Amino acid sequence: MATNTQSDGLADAVGVDMAEHASTPGMPQLDFSHWGNQIFWLVLALIAIYLILSRVALPRIGAVLAERSGTITNDLAAAEDLKAKAVEAEAAYNKALVDARAEAQNIVERAKAEIKADLDVAIAKADAEISAKAVESEKAIAEIRTSAMENVKIVAKDTAKEIVAALGGKADAKTINAAIDARLKG
Amino acid sequence: MATETHGAEEGGLVFHPMDQFIVEPFFGGTDVAWYTVTNATVWSFLAVLATFLLLVLGSSKRSVIPSRMQSVAELAYGFVYKMVEDICGKEGVKYFPYIMTLFMFIVCANFLGLLPASFTPTAHFAVTVVLAMAVFLTVTILGFVKNGAAFLGLFWVASAPLALRPVLAVIELISYFVRPVSHSIRLAGNVMAGHAVIKVFAGFAALTVVSPFAILGITAMYGLEVLVSFIQAYVFTILTCVYLKDALHPSH
Amino acid sequence: MEGELAHIGAGLAAIGSGAAAIGVGNVAGNFLAGALRNPSAAASQTATLFIGIAFAEALGIFAFLVALLLMFAV
Repeated sequence: MATNTQSDGLADAVGVDMAEHASTPGMPQLDFSHWGNQIFWLVLALIAIYLILSRVALPRIGAVLAERSGTITNDLAAAEDLKAKAVEAEAAYNKALVDARAEAQNIVERAKAEIKADLDVAIAKADAEISAKAVESEKAIAEIRTSAMENVKIVAKDTAKEIVAALGGKADAKTINAAIDARLKG
Repeated sequence: MATETHGAEEGGLVFHPMDQFIVEPFFGGTDVAWYTVTNATVWSFLAVLATFLLLVLGSSKRSVIPSRMQSVAELAYGFVYKMVEDICGKEGVKYFPYIMTLFMFIVCANFLGLLPASFTPTAHFAVTVVLAMAVFLTVTILGFVKNGAAFLGLFWVASAPLALRPVLAVIELISYFVRPVSHSIRLAGNVMAGHAVIKVFAGFAALTVVSPFAILGITAMYGLEVLVSFIQAYVFTILTCVYLKDALHPSH
Repeated sequence: MEGELAHIGAGLAAIGSGAAAIGVGNVAGNFLAGALRNPSAAASQTATLFIGIAFAEALGIFAFLVALLLMFAV
């Protein structure tokens, strides 16, 4: 503990007025006359804090933290579920899309095939008609041709008869016909 | 604090860096009996009040999405809880309320002591020695109760060569008994040193020429003190955890 | 006379604070060097860092305490 003389010495050495200070010790921490008082109140304060903490504060905060971590875990699990569901839905959507596409393809194919069949039938029919018509026309042309030939024969015979008659000959019809037939054939 | 004990000062440099630590009756009078309410008492109980406000009123809504106060309370809780769990393991969690008590008292007292004209209980050896001795005695008794004579294995370093073990045992024994000394003096010394240095800077402010530097110095020291206030509370708590771990698992 | 000697002793004891500063700087610097090499392990070792700093600083505080005792209590 500081005594008066040493305090004065200190005061001289650092140029500090310590005259009034002499009664109190230099370091209040080492004034043991206060220790009992300080310890008594400190212990009371510590007990108060301990009771506050252990009875009220810590259980409450611990419960809140546990609740929060529970909530967070639950939310995470729920989010995980939702994510799985979303993935599932996407897969289903993709599958539906693929199916629909295949279906559309099928329909298109079928329609194409049907149309082609119809078309083929129609074409075949048209061809048949066309060929029938062509045959008929050919027949008609042939008839026309034969009849034309007949007419030519008749005209030629008549003309030949007339020419022979005009030339003063006495035309035998049979002979003339035979001659003309031979000429026409040749 | 307590400059009035010096009466009127003459001009010039006046340093009373330790006067802020003088214990005196809060409601007047001069003698301090064991039950007297002193400034130390008042500021200790303000620390209790601060703890109450932070941890009890802060968490009173119990909301899952915390308010600002509640998140600070949860931060303090999680900070100390994790420290205890990391260092002492699962068995240490039982002692979490005690360690939290120490931490909250020290941290609140330290920060309240940073207020101008306040008093810092943790700058007093009477306070820190009680805290450190409480830890020391608890740990020692707990060590013997939990482990019996096996607790002495703490001093017998089995991994060292046989010839060295007695020497190490003596060193370990000494370091074990120095623990409460360093534990208490570290806290009180750090807090006291910071406050005293601020007071010395404040004393320099009486000289007009250097007063800007003095104010700058006070500001810088104050910032450091804010840091030290927290770090010393942290260190005190973490060392308590380390000592507790020794009591729970004495094998090296 | 005794008082003056005590003050000289206090000043000498304060050198210990500087030594503690070197110690704390060593601890923190080595921690930083290690943390930069292996940043992933740094977070788990901050408690050890603070314990180390506390031990180093405690000795400086002892020196400071001796200085205070010499100043005020001898």
